[in-house]
Amino acid sequence: MRAVSFTLNGKPTRLTVDETRPLLWVLRDDLNLSGTKFGCGEAVCGACTVIVNNQAVRSCATPIGDVDGKQVLTIEGLAKGDRLHPIQQAFVDHVAYQCGYCTPGMIMGAYAILLKNPKATRADIVRELDSHLCRCGAHVRILKAVETAATAMKGGAR
Amino acid sequence: MNFEDHDLERDEELVVDGPTTFPVDRREFVKLTATGLLVLFAVDPTSAGQETTRLPSGRQGYPTDVNAYLHIGSDGKVTCFVGKIEMGQGVMSSLPQLLAEELDVPLASVDIVMGDTDLCPWDMGTFGSLSIRQFGPVLRQATADARAVLLQLASERLQAPVDRLEVKAGVVSDGADPKKTVTYGQLTEGKRIERKLEGKAPLKPVKAFTIVGTSARRRDGVEKVTGKAQYAGDVVPPGGALHARVLRPPAHGAVIGQVDTTAAEKLPGVKVVRDGDLIAVLHEHRDEADKALALVKAEWTRHDPPVDDKTMYDHFLKTAGPATTAAEGGSLAEGEKLVTEVVEGTYYDSYVAHAPMEPHSAVAAVEAGKVTVWVGTQTPFPVKNQLMQALKLAADKVRVITPYVGGGFGGKSASRQAIEAARLATLTGKPVRVVFSREEEFFYDTFRPASIVKIRAGVTASKALALWDYKVYCAGERGAAQFYNIPNHRTAWTGGWSGSSGALHPFAVGPWRAPGASSNAFGRESHIDVLAAKAAVDPVEFRLKNLADPRMLRVLNAAAKKFAWTPKPAPSGRGVGVALGVDAGTYVALIAEVAVEKTTGKVRVRRVVCAQEMGVVVNPEGALQQIEGSITMGLGYTLSEEVHFKGGEVLEHNFDTYELPRFSWVPTIEAVLLDAPDIPAQGGGEPAIVPLGAAVANAIFDAVGARMDRMPMTPERVKAAMKR
Repeated sequence: MRAVSFTLNGKPTRLTVDETRPLLWVLRDDLNLSGTKFGCGEAVCGACTVIVNNQAVRSCATPIGDVDGKQVLTIEGLAKGDRLHPIQQAFVDHVAYQCGYCTPGMIMGAYAILLKNPKATRADIVRELDSHLCRCGAHVRILKAVETAATAMKGGAR
Repeated sequence: MNFEDHDLERDEELVVDGPTTFPVDRREFVKLTATGLLVLFAVDPTSAGQETTRLPSGRQGYPTDVNAYLHIGSDGKVTCFVGKIEMGQGVMSSLPQLLAEELDVPLASVDIVMGDTDLCPWDMGTFGSLSIRQFGPVLRQATADARAVLLQLASERLQAPVDRLEVKAGVVSDGADPKKTVTYGQLTEGKRIERKLEGKAPLKPVKAFTIVGTSARRRDGVEKVTGKAQYAGDVVPPGGALHARVLRPPAHGAVIGQVDTTAAEKLPGVKVVRDGDLIAVLHEHRDEADKALALVKAEWTRHDPPVDDKTMYDHFLKTAGPATTAAEGGSLAEGEKLVTEVVEGTYYDSYVAHAPMEPHSAVAAVEAGKVTVWVGTQTPFPVKNQLMQALKLAADKVRVITPYVGGGFGGKSASRQAIEAARLATLTGKPVRVVFSREEEFFYDTFRPASIVKIRAGVTASKALALWDYKVYCAGERGAAQFYNIPNHRTAWTGGWSGSSGALHPFAVGPWRAPGASSNAFGRESHIDVLAAKAAVDPVEFRLKNLADPRMLRVLNAAAKKFAWTPKPAPSGRGVGVALGVDAGTYVALIAEVAVEKTTGKVRVRRVVCAQEMGVVVNPEGALQQIEGSITMGLGYTLSEEVHFKGGEVLEHNFDTYELPRFSWVPTIEAVLLDAPDIPAQGGGEPAIVPLGAAVANAIFDAVGARMDRMPMTPERVKAAMKR
């Protein structure tokens, strides 16, 4: 057990926990943030993706101790009040989801891509999102949504 | 009846065992429906698979054949209660369209409550592309009847005959004096009106539709992109829930011996529960429960059947039993005389998993002797009955609530996790959460069965099909019957697409998006192409020549046109292939274009054109989403998905070995929805997945001249076929 301090969705957060516990379950069980989903437990599906210091990470395979002193962003922290982030808005507009279970991880994955490369092409997006699984087959719409968001964000939307 | 064993082709036989009472006395329901118009949807139990509900004796209740409720509040809000569930297919958005259309109210004024056994009347489950096709007409008729009641009330209020009344956006006006108006809300204000539906009110004609047929926006978007959408595993009952991990056998059929839980019990905060075969470790945190489970030592005696993924086809041929004839006509002996050659073919398919992204999840809480279970299930009412049996509880002591379901595809008809959560909550007196690990998800999946199709067929000298002798093992009847114009034919099947573990399958098999139909289409449409190639006729032309069904001809022509198909006998080297299917009342033609990497055998599907005729299209955008989803998901069973097993042991544990379709696999998808206003709305969730495997197999043959006889068409199998 040790104290772990980090910024979670803009808010300073301090926990006394076993630092080996997975970030995913600390978010879900200790912090009541259930938007981050459990899909495989082995970092092979992407449903639990969150952003740590501007990088996409699989929270099921990230020990909570690793985020000490870092900035953590989850799906709950993306919208500004009622105003959706351009990626979220594009997912709604293109209906880039069906069951919605992979959606939070998919959006956080897309967020990291556009953060790193605002000019990401379709090929870049495909390559980067290829490790994210969607079983309903919303892929073509997800790609369109991320492209639309990229255009909106180039215009200054954040 | 075992709830895992729905057979959609025999809906009328569906009866749920055990009583189901109707909710007449629950607080929230009474509160909501204290005033206003309450309409009971009565349906013919044989036509819509509805059961008869029984009320405990002595209690006044609603009619026994109630299917759903419609409630119009004094504020004009319309609430629809249906036992269907939302698993991504979009019915929480499309069913309100049907209702708003028939009632003449704004779509935004309609709320829908789904899959709650206390609030919604009985429903057999959400599967088989039936929500629009079968429940839709019930909902429309109920709404039309409700409208008739409202018009009668308006007639009295406005002192105008019913036939002079007009309705727009929930406001009734007198056609002769448009200033005289009354809203639906005003009509129902302060009243409690109950009517049993008679089904006599005329339905709105299709040509008058203004809401049905539009791509109304889905209702679940904002919740799903913000992480607010709740799935069963996200539910936190008051006081929180303990995570439970249940001890699992290493293989189906294994019997437990000695169990040592001492190490697990030493972990702080861990509770161990044993109740007969149910052994579980519980902890406030999931990861701590995982650790505890890993410390449980158990001895198992295995009873594996002598079959694995290499010997299964021989096993099926030996154990499947006598076949049933599903369709026949003419004489096979006569056919053999007519054909130039009897061409034989055998086509194999593999076990595939549902693999929804949300694993089976449930949270159970017990309060004052009543068990409430939040379950990710396609069948809330059958699950309720199972809970009643498992816990020996009366119907009013069990409630199943279905939040958003994170993908089902047939795999969430079975809901073992709900029973486990409820048993553990009862045993511990605390709310309990059971969320399957991915390994459990594969282990307990009711796989689509592996199967064999054997065909003997032939054409006359004028290249007309004259013989079709078809036998399928283990894929069932759905989609088996051929639809070509063949004078001498027989279709026989043995081994259905669902069943418990036993002599035939070492684990349970069950409905998987258009159950068995893809396996049947792979056999049929591959063999049609074999015959076309032997006759040196272009595969589209060959089909056009041998089809008589106008709906099938129409989708094939539409697909060929959209694709800009140019006729050439296969193999042409272009890598194009066609396949047809009919499923859930919907006709589909797919044309696929592939590239085959000759050195590796790797297949890349570049483009898929789909022409679909599904009767009246309720929400075109929703229909397109289902087509895209079907084609994308279908790439998996076509190219990569295959469950390996050894006896009762499932060797797939996670997505590292069981490969789902990815972004880099996705082709350009172009869909054409054909207008068919005279045909009632048909199913949309499954049909387009059916012919994909066959279309890709035919495209591979066209590309490299290799005939694929087994799915999935992995690089190794394609390479091997190229060498044959």
